[in-house]
Amino acid sequence: MNNNKPKILTANEASKIVESSVIKRRKKDARLKTYGRIAIGLAVSFLIFLFVSIFSKGIPGFFQYYVTLDVYLDRDRLDPKGDLSPVSLYNGDARSIVIESLYKVINPKGRKEKKAAKKIISTNADVRISKMVLDDPNILGKTIPITFAVDDDIDSFLRGYIKRDTPSSERRINDTVIKFVDKLSAENRISYKFSDYILTGSASRSPEIAGIKGAFIGSMLTLAVCFIIAFPLGVATAVYLEEFAPKNRITEIIEVNINNLAAVPSVVFGILGLAIFIGIFGMPRSIPLLGGMVLALMTLPTIIISSRAAIRAVPPSIKDAAYGIGASKLQTIFHHVLPLAMPGMLTGTIIGMAQALGETAPLLMIGMVAFIVDIPGGVTDPGTVLPVQIFMWADFAERMFIQKTSSAIIVLLVFLIFMNAAAVILRKKLERRW
Amino acid sequence: MLKKLITAGFVLALSTTASNAREQISIAGSSTVLPFATIIAETFGKDPTIKTPVVESGGSSVGKKGVCEGIGTKFIDIGNASSRMKTKELAFCDKNKVKLTEIKVGYDGIVVANSKKGKVLNISKSDLGKALTAKVAINGKMVDNPYKKWSDINPALPNVEIRVYGPPTTSGTRASYAEMVNEKGYCKKDKDAKAALKAAGMKAKKCRAMRTDGAFIEAGEQDNLIVQKLQEDPNAYGIFGFSYLDQNSDTLQGAIISKTAPTFENIAGNNYSVSRALYFYVKHQHMGVIKGIDKYMDKWVANWGDDGMLADAGMIPMPAAERAKYAKAMKELPVLTADMLK
Repeated sequence: MNNNKPKILTANEASKIVESSVIKRRKKDARLKTYGRIAIGLAVSFLIFLFVSIFSKGIPGFFQYYVTLDVYLDRDRLDPKGDLSPVSLYNGDARSIVIESLYKVINPKGRKEKKAAKKIISTNADVRISKMVLDDPNILGKTIPITFAVDDDIDSFLRGYIKRDTPSSERRINDTVIKFVDKLSAENRISYKFSDYILTGSASRSPEIAGIKGAFIGSMLTLAVCFIIAFPLGVATAVYLEEFAPKNRITEIIEVNINNLAAVPSVVFGILGLAIFIGIFGMPRSIPLLGGMVLALMTLPTIIISSRAAIRAVPPSIKDAAYGIGASKLQTIFHHVLPLAMPGMLTGTIIGMAQALGETAPLLMIGMVAFIVDIPGGVTDPGTVLPVQIFMWADFAERMFIQKTSSAIIVLLVFLIFMNAAAVILRKKLERRW
Repeated sequence: MLKKLITAGFVLALSTTASNAREQISIAGSSTVLPFATIIAETFGKDPTIKTPVVESGGSSVGKKGVCEGIGTKFIDIGNASSRMKTKELAFCDKNKVKLTEIKVGYDGIVVANSKKGKVLNISKSDLGKALTAKVAINGKMVDNPYKKWSDINPALPNVEIRVYGPPTTSGTRASYAEMVNEKGYCKKDKDAKAALKAAGMKAKKCRAMRTDGAFIEAGEQDNLIVQKLQEDPNAYGIFGFSYLDQNSDTLQGAIISKTAPTFENIAGNNYSVSRALYFYVKHQHMGVIKGIDKYMDKWVANWGDDGMLADAGMIPMPAAERAKYAKAMKELPVLTADMLK
């Protein structure tokens, strides 16, 4: 075709060409490295931004304002039946007793001022007194100083979110209330301290007394059920598929399906749960047992896949050695393969569970995206989970819930970090090298 | 270890099927009613003899459909809704032999608001409909909404781009807004629109569609998100429930619609026209089976007044006569029939 003879390069020319290409290649390497650094830098800066915004909003949410009042705990009014039972205390007049001791400090005049003054103290004051009396009935008949959470609007005012110079009609609290609050702070009755409610309270529509305990326990119960169901099932499936299953069409189909299941949107599992567990088996809605079962379906593929990988990573020589000295298949699996694969399986399981911890979509269908006040005592009591609590708080109109939302996110993050740390520690502890 | 776990799992599963009875009231539905229903549920649950009702979110359709789904403890007892039940929805109830009583609990105003840094929108309902409906009448024809700025609609309106954040199609707030403003405020009132619709053979219902060219922005079900957006962008407006305006009255201002400002008094006095009623539907067959449904309803009566907790949270109370009517309905439990919905 062409009569150009291949040109023979001299050593000098060749080294020049090589040199220039080396420079090019080095430049490419350097560029790749920079791209990588930029990517990491971006990811880290997003993370920092996220953390700073959540923590700067959330940390104040762990604290709140309180007012201290000297309350005379009148036995007859607090405990009308006189048997110190919760029912009797509920029927008592705790709320008025608290309001009256507030009136003593601020001296409101007329009906309007009295009505305004009532707004200062959280609606939960009566519950607090009942609880104190139940804990220690000896305080009845005495006058003792008790601290009560202030109403969320007052809290926002004291934090400076509601400004004094906004016209009174545009504020959530009017000038009379501000006058009373000023009076209380002048008497050193207002204090700012770590919230009694955020960690130990349950869901509430009054943001000043709302807490995450109910949702936290709900999350623990749900995850426990999820683990109890998903882990044994997942491991058993993985062992069967790796050690016993013949390699044929059917196992191949099963395998492909398991991998596909791992990518199914989680809300689908909720619909499945609704149709099967509630529809066919008639399980009650909103309970952690049901939530755990649905999340177990969701985490199963993750557990199976990681368990299979862990089993495959056990060196065949160990199995061969076991078979060689006459161990049965069961002995080989239970004495050698499983203990060696356990760290990998557990890591996969914990990561799967951490994923389940953050889910709300599948729970929507089965009634766990709900406002639930009572703290669940077991897996069959209605309960909700942390992400749902965050979701609900984010949607309420009261402004104090914005901080509470960030605080709950912090708790969820800490929970997640603990789970991931557990995965790392377990792996380090149980891992064997050869 | 493994064996123990598996047996524990089975025991757990068995124990629930055995104890199927539900002790607490189960409620689901509208996210607009939820903040108020939860207040009632929480106050109700303070009674140590009672378990606090569970209030699920999900939207009005979930409430209405859920309560009609069947009889038995696995179904909810009360469905909340921010739009009235339709005959079609009631037919689903009849099919499942569910009998209901309708209780109206109060009103909720829908406001169009913006940041205090921006201009107050003083607009007629018809112009407001023109701003956001997908098709408007121009020269006797229904065409895609051409208005870019508020002042294009009416020179008296601010010379800023139309940018309104609002809820998505799944929301009851959106449905009510589209019906009250787009359909009833504009297409059924405006002469040009009526003529153009007739010429095109379209029904006024078609006007409920919101424009999709970017002037109306769906901001998700989270009303707080819209509030945040408005605080950042003084030229943007948002559509949401009155309680969010009430909570943020120091940074947001409500648009004056047809010469009426969205204040508590105006909505309660029925002067402000963009408001809708809030309902719950209680299932007869569960009364007495689930303990405390009657007492739960009593709590509504105790708190839905002008000075009650619900008004403080932003719900607009009904007039006294209407309150008396529905308090009576709670006692007598008239069965909801298709005729009553007409």
